[in-house]
Amino acid sequence: MLGLGADRLRADMNRLLALLFHQGVLDEQFLQLQQLQDESSPNFVSEVVNIYFHESEKLLRNLRGLLMEKEFADYKKMGIHLNQFMGSSSSIGAKRVRNVCVAFRAASEQTNRAGCLRALELLEHEYCYLKNKLHELFQIEQQRALAAGVRYPMQN
Amino acid sequence: MAAAGEVLRPNLPENVEVSGDSPSELHVLAVDDSLVDRKVIERLLKISSCKVTAVESGTRALQFLGLDGEKNSVGFNGLKVNLIMTDYSMPGMTGYELLKRIKESAAFREVPVVIMSSENILTRIDRCLEEGAEEFIVKPVKLSDVNRLKNFVMKGEGNDNQDKRLHKRKKLEDDNSTLSSLPPLFPSSSPVSRNLELRQHRSASPSSALSSPRCSLKRPRLQLTD
Repeated sequence: MLGLGADRLRADMNRLLALLFHQGVLDEQFLQLQQLQDESSPNFVSEVVNIYFHESEKLLRNLRGLLMEKEFADYKKMGIHLNQFMGSSSSIGAKRVRNVCVAFRAASEQTNRAGCLRALELLEHEYCYLKNKLHELFQIEQQRALAAGVRYPMQN
Repeated sequence: MAAAGEVLRPNLPENVEVSGDSPSELHVLAVDDSLVDRKVIERLLKISSCKVTAVESGTRALQFLGLDGEKNSVGFNGLKVNLIMTDYSMPGMTGYELLKRIKESAAFREVPVVIMSSENILTRIDRCLEEGAEEFIVKPVKLSDVNRLKNFVMKGEGNDNQDKRLHKRKKLEDDNSTLSSLPPLFPSSSPVSRNLELRQHRSASPSSALSSPRCSLKRPRLQLTD
């Protein structure tokens, strides 16, 4: 029964991944990260993604902080934050987040504060969705590893 | 197909360069201010059997190489660097500035330097290539990029690099939706390859206009100005 559990969980993982790809939330770079994970680095993907979450939340706080300033004018600084966010998002395959950053940056370059605010809302929303889904993915992965680990060796 | 000489070659420590032999394991210095990117590039390189030193800034990179003007820079740590990969946009010293410093140094000017950037900006690419960068890679960096670079460094400017560059260029064309129509890749009469000939200043191989790997990858975009 445990063997079946692991297989079912793997199917769940694949279904979730397929959905995220279909929605454009993730792109092939995420697959590239998975390919870099092996026995010598079994938690590589979650390690990198957790660093990404940590950095992203800092960037989002900075962006919101900038835009909330009464006399906000530092679009250049905002551009720097956005470039960083764009870069790290593309490095983990977070396609939709990256695309919102691109639009956000365009608004920033036009010194369009209202546009920036809208973009920030959208960015926070997309980031939240991504984070929830990736957490879900890692949870299923963990359960699957546990289920597979308890299998009798001969079933491998 | 191994020659007898290869079978009998002793196992040398990595920091001893036998003249004429390519290094048994590449040591790559990776420079990037993004921790996420450092982790990824480190893993890409390790999985490709390269030794990696990853630093977070141009300043740190210069320190590591002993180019920061400190007195005790001779024989920094004994490990020869075979390739330097640096991000372009970094606070403080940009990848471009780092590239210049490396090319100005007698000790490291022959080490290939690759620039990575999440931005596909033509003037930026041109500047880097003009300054002597071996290649300009648009992020995210993939395993195929690392393999290509590794082969390039191990074998020098061999002919098979051309095929890999073709492959990469084709993929770039497929990826980039703004590229609607491009000139054919190699006819010598096309403006693209003429520019390639003009821009070559360090190529060892006289055979074709595209033998210098650093020039090839982004030339098609000359057709499309931003």
